[in-house]
Amino acid sequence: MTEAVKTPKIPPEKQILMTVNGDEAVAYAAKQSLVDVVAAYPITPQTIIVEKFSEFVANGEVHTEFVPVESEHSAMSACVGAAAAGARAFTATAANGLALMWEILYIAASLRLPIVLAVANRALSAPINIHNDHSDAYGMRDSGWIQIFVENVQEAYDTTIQAFKIAEDERVLLPVAVNLDGFFLSHTLENIRMLPDEEVHKFLGGYRKTYPKVKVDYFDEEVPLILNPARPLSFGPLDLYDYYYEHKMHQIEAMKRVPEVVREVNEKWYELTGRKYGDGVLVPYGVEDADVVVTVLGSTGGTVRHIVKKLRSRGYKVGTIRIRLFRPFPHKELAELLKGVKVVGVMDRGISFGSYGPSFLDISTALYDLKERPLLVNYVYGLGGRDAQPEMIEKMFMELLEIAKTGEVKEKLRFLGVRE
Amino acid sequence: MALIEVRWHGRGGQGAWTASNILAMAAAIDGKHVQSFPAFGPERSGAPVLAFTRISEEPIEIHSMVYEPDIVVVLDPTLLKNVNVTQGLKKGGIIVVNYEGDAEKLYNNIGISKGEYKVYITPATKLALEILKRPITNTAMIGALLKASKLTSWGSLEEAIKKRFPGPLAEKNIELVKKAYELAREV
Repeated sequence: MTEAVKTPKIPPEKQILMTVNGDEAVAYAAKQSLVDVVAAYPITPQTIIVEKFSEFVANGEVHTEFVPVESEHSAMSACVGAAAAGARAFTATAANGLALMWEILYIAASLRLPIVLAVANRALSAPINIHNDHSDAYGMRDSGWIQIFVENVQEAYDTTIQAFKIAEDERVLLPVAVNLDGFFLSHTLENIRMLPDEEVHKFLGGYRKTYPKVKVDYFDEEVPLILNPARPLSFGPLDLYDYYYEHKMHQIEAMKRVPEVVREVNEKWYELTGRKYGDGVLVPYGVEDADVVVTVLGSTGGTVRHIVKKLRSRGYKVGTIRIRLFRPFPHKELAELLKGVKVVGVMDRGISFGSYGPSFLDISTALYDLKERPLLVNYVYGLGGRDAQPEMIEKMFMELLEIAKTGEVKEKLRFLGVRE
Repeated sequence: MALIEVRWHGRGGQGAWTASNILAMAAAIDGKHVQSFPAFGPERSGAPVLAFTRISEEPIEIHSMVYEPDIVVVLDPTLLKNVNVTQGLKKGGIIVVNYEGDAEKLYNNIGISKGEYKVYITPATKLALEILKRPITNTAMIGALLKASKLTSWGSLEEAIKKRFPGPLAEKNIELVKKAYELAREV
């Protein structure tokens, strides 16, 4: 939820009112973020992002090198090369396009390249489906990328800019995926407030800065860790059982530092714009006194909050937490918020076949060490773009309230809104 | 203004989503919070399509389709035979139809009785043919909608139309909206 502050550095009236869809919002954010290289291949529902960006390039509005590659595998490869050379690189994709990037996602993360990727979340084939679910994002869960899910078009704009700040932070140096629900956000027109260009430039500290400097035995001074023909370095050469494991430890340690950076960036953005999203990691509502809490990712977060407000006005003790930062997963923070809650419903717009929804697995892990554990139910919903109807969400809450009363979970894995 | 939800009925190619977008842009210029989106399906020319507009004083949190609209707008009267345009429409809600002719016949076509809903009509096809020389009725229906419910100011609507259409086409559409507004009436 967007919480307004009294005196942001740039008051709302100094911000630019735009009525745009989620894809356009992301394109404008990338434009203002002084991106050096965009390499992309079109796929619905992401296409508008790079289409709009290519217009900026054609109009001479940006200095960006636009590389219209022949596949998503190449798109991410080109971003890897560009980022390794010190450029600020951006791309966007969805579903099968993201799946085709898979191999290079791991390389981008392990080379510690601060690439930003917008994912307009879409169901994976087969059957072919262009609509929204989170199966694409869940598929890249273990690749080493930071994954943030946004709730509305304003947040898609805000988060795309924040993503560069987070990715390029010296404590992080990891790629960031900004997830916006296909169609529900990518193609939905909403009113947003944009910052003036120069304020975004200032927020990001101008063009990408590169660090750290490294000592290499064939140079007589420390050199920036980037590809540069004048001072040749190798990136990602063979690394067997001698050092590979240690390099993985670097990634593991870098991930641990991400939440604090996400919180800082959320706070800085709040001071600048008057907008923040919970603490940047989690967006709780009505949790303090709740018997029943539902967790959710993405645009459904708003619909769930809408129902929570409705039910609370009728006296039900219910609450919700929107998980904004999905990787790294905020286990401790969730356990802290959920201790004392009777029942937790975990909504997943995707499933690990043969298991549960991916966020359910993490929440189970998060709650295991609590002395008094809440009961847990996993609700898989909205596959292939099936609408998350308010009525359906209300029924889910009533079911969870009943479980809170009886203390009995009949089915741990439930499928919402599916034909029987 | 509490949350107002509008559902647009058209056929693929008639510009239902564009009308929804223009209305949303105009309301946003007025300082309202808005959403505009189509019922995303395969985009086939001539097939029945839906688009939705939400307008509110407060930030809009909900991100589902619209199930209980306050207003429905029908761009093409031939839809009335095949599509239940009153589905989920709130009691006493508004129906705005591109229609000229006998009111009783219209009520029969929609399948409602007098007094159930507020029904407004305007001869959008005729006006569009006169002014645009093409049977594109979407902007005309915004005019009729404004007669039924003052969702945006005229100034903002003109600004939104100018943003959406290049030069002379904007002027023609503004003329069309005004004419459709004048001729719109409750039946």
